[in-house]
Amino acid sequence: MLDSTPTEPSLASSAELPPSSTPPSSPPPNEPGPREPRPTLRLLVSAGLVVILWGLGFLIESQLIEYVQRILLLCGVNIVLAVGLNLINGTTGQFSIGHAGFMAVGAYTAAYLGVHLAPALEAALGAGVGTDALVLNLALLGGALLAGFAGLLIGMPSLRLRGDYLAVVTLGFGEIIRILFTNAEFLGSATGYFGDSLAGLRAYSSFFWVYLWVLLVVVGIRNLTFSQTGRSLVAIREDEIAAESIAAPSTRLKVQAFVISAATAGIAGGLFAHMQAGIRPEDFRFEKSIDMLVMIIVGGLGSISGAIIGGVFVAVTLELMRDLAQYRLVVYALLLIIVMIGRPKGLLGSRELSELWRRAPGKTPEPVRGGKS
Amino acid sequence: MSLLELSGVEKRFGGIAAIQGVSFRVEPKQIFGLIGPNGAGKTTLFNVVTGVYRPEAGRVTFDGRDVTGKNPAAIAEAGLGRTFQNIRLFRAMSVEQNVMVAGQHLHRSGLFDALLRTRRFADDENRLRRRAHELLELMGLRELSAELAQSLPYGSQRRLEIARALMLEPQLLLLDEPAAGMNSQEARDLERQLRFLRDQLGLSLILVEHNVSLVMSVCDHIHVVDRGRTIAEGVPDEIKTHPRVLSAYLGEDSGDSGETER
Repeated sequence: MLDSTPTEPSLASSAELPPSSTPPSSPPPNEPGPREPRPTLRLLVSAGLVVILWGLGFLIESQLIEYVQRILLLCGVNIVLAVGLNLINGTTGQFSIGHAGFMAVGAYTAAYLGVHLAPALEAALGAGVGTDALVLNLALLGGALLAGFAGLLIGMPSLRLRGDYLAVVTLGFGEIIRILFTNAEFLGSATGYFGDSLAGLRAYSSFFWVYLWVLLVVVGIRNLTFSQTGRSLVAIREDEIAAESIAAPSTRLKVQAFVISAATAGIAGGLFAHMQAGIRPEDFRFEKSIDMLVMIIVGGLGSISGAIIGGVFVAVTLELMRDLAQYRLVVYALLLIIVMIGRPKGLLGSRELSELWRRAPGKTPEPVRGGKS
Repeated sequence: MSLLELSGVEKRFGGIAAIQGVSFRVEPKQIFGLIGPNGAGKTTLFNVVTGVYRPEAGRVTFDGRDVTGKNPAAIAEAGLGRTFQNIRLFRAMSVEQNVMVAGQHLHRSGLFDALLRTRRFADDENRLRRRAHELLELMGLRELSAELAQSLPYGSQRRLEIARALMLEPQLLLLDEPAAGMNSQEARDLERQLRFLRDQLGLSLILVEHNVSLVMSVCDHIHVVDRGRTIAEGVPDEIKTHPRVLSAYLGEDSGDSGETER
């Protein structure tokens, strides 16, 4: 608002409303407002979740064969990828089709940091579970930071414009990044990066850490989506000119969402790198970006729960179709076509699972945030 | 001091001069009618004032500040709300959310409050929702607040656009054909609502409208443009009998003023 508002209009004094053809409403629709925050309860729940995750991780690592464990971890990585990509492609409606590039930046950064931080930190703090956790999380944060920075560089010029420029630029970015890593001697070139010290690249990503990050990312992005910022992002998707007419700084908001999305892909990349003893440039080919798009489209663009379902769907189907080798993509395309015919807006459309839950009669549905059809 | 002042505004699209030296002033608490035949440049003028188009010449001053060529978000933030001729709602959002999204300035919490769902965030959301419901009540839309914007009938969509613009707490509201598609009862309600905005909320309004009886009864001052030029200006009674207005509308010079609006 202006610094000098001579006649500050106030609706508080609007007791005398103008007569209107529609009679005054009966009881106001009781929309569920945000619940009062209860810090102690929240702390307890979070602590409980961490303990449960820890126990679950212990159980899974001692009971399940490694193959199944791997699929579970991949599901986690995919969920992080999908929920992050959905923020920009689904919620904000700006299409990125090169997110594998950001994942690669995060993966290589985290791998490099993991290899080089470990000896230093172990020398300072001694080897142990705590040090491992510190190395992993510092590596992940480093990867997220760099991926986010890459997102800023890509997003700033291409999001100033309305339209599909972002798709073209991210497509190019994904390829450039892959080729850069293919030619980076110190990162192992085309053979991939396995760590250059004796210890090599260690597999720090356990069930516990992967799913702790899944929780952090999902809750963080959910809270962001259902806030004033998220509303503005949806508004930009729905009509950018109208969004600007209500003072939403569209370029800034789009870049913010894109940077967060890129950083999330970076975290997923870091988790992925530390899941196995090495990463190769071809892990981040264009098909990876397409996989990510499939995740969010199958689940329903603009829906966080849809992205989670899509992430799991892709991890599981890719694994089941491993024997089909190159025909995998054909089956994949067929699957996609079937989903698109059956449910053109994805499994959930743009709704959240919680909304379907809540649709009991007599209750007003949570504000639907809709999706682009 | 005038709230909004245009001086010598010109806007060209290639070889077509859409606006040729239009000047006018809008005073505080005034309902200002901007009329003219189709293709006269009314919507183009709106787009120049709200920053969608940058004029080739001339100045736009709002509340004592030069806003010529500023971007639309900055102009909106300065206190200038608008509606669109071809309704632009956030169609997949609920009615309530459509209004709440314009309440950015009522929000005091930042990103971290949203991420951590602090008390400040909850207070903000509740304040926004209360305010949105007041405005929806004002525009007679309260009972529709949970509906999707795209499911509303046409007239309600127009009123929702006004409610959304009001959420900005503007000093000046630009309404582009607010009564289009409304039946006569709805138009009468709209007229009352517009007066309410001026008298109770102290807003100024600029009204582009083809519903002549609405314009004549509600406007304090009318500015008539044709083919990008000002042809008349004055109070409704002067305009009704102004020879150039009559000729522009009735086409005494058998002109081809039937071009479509930009």
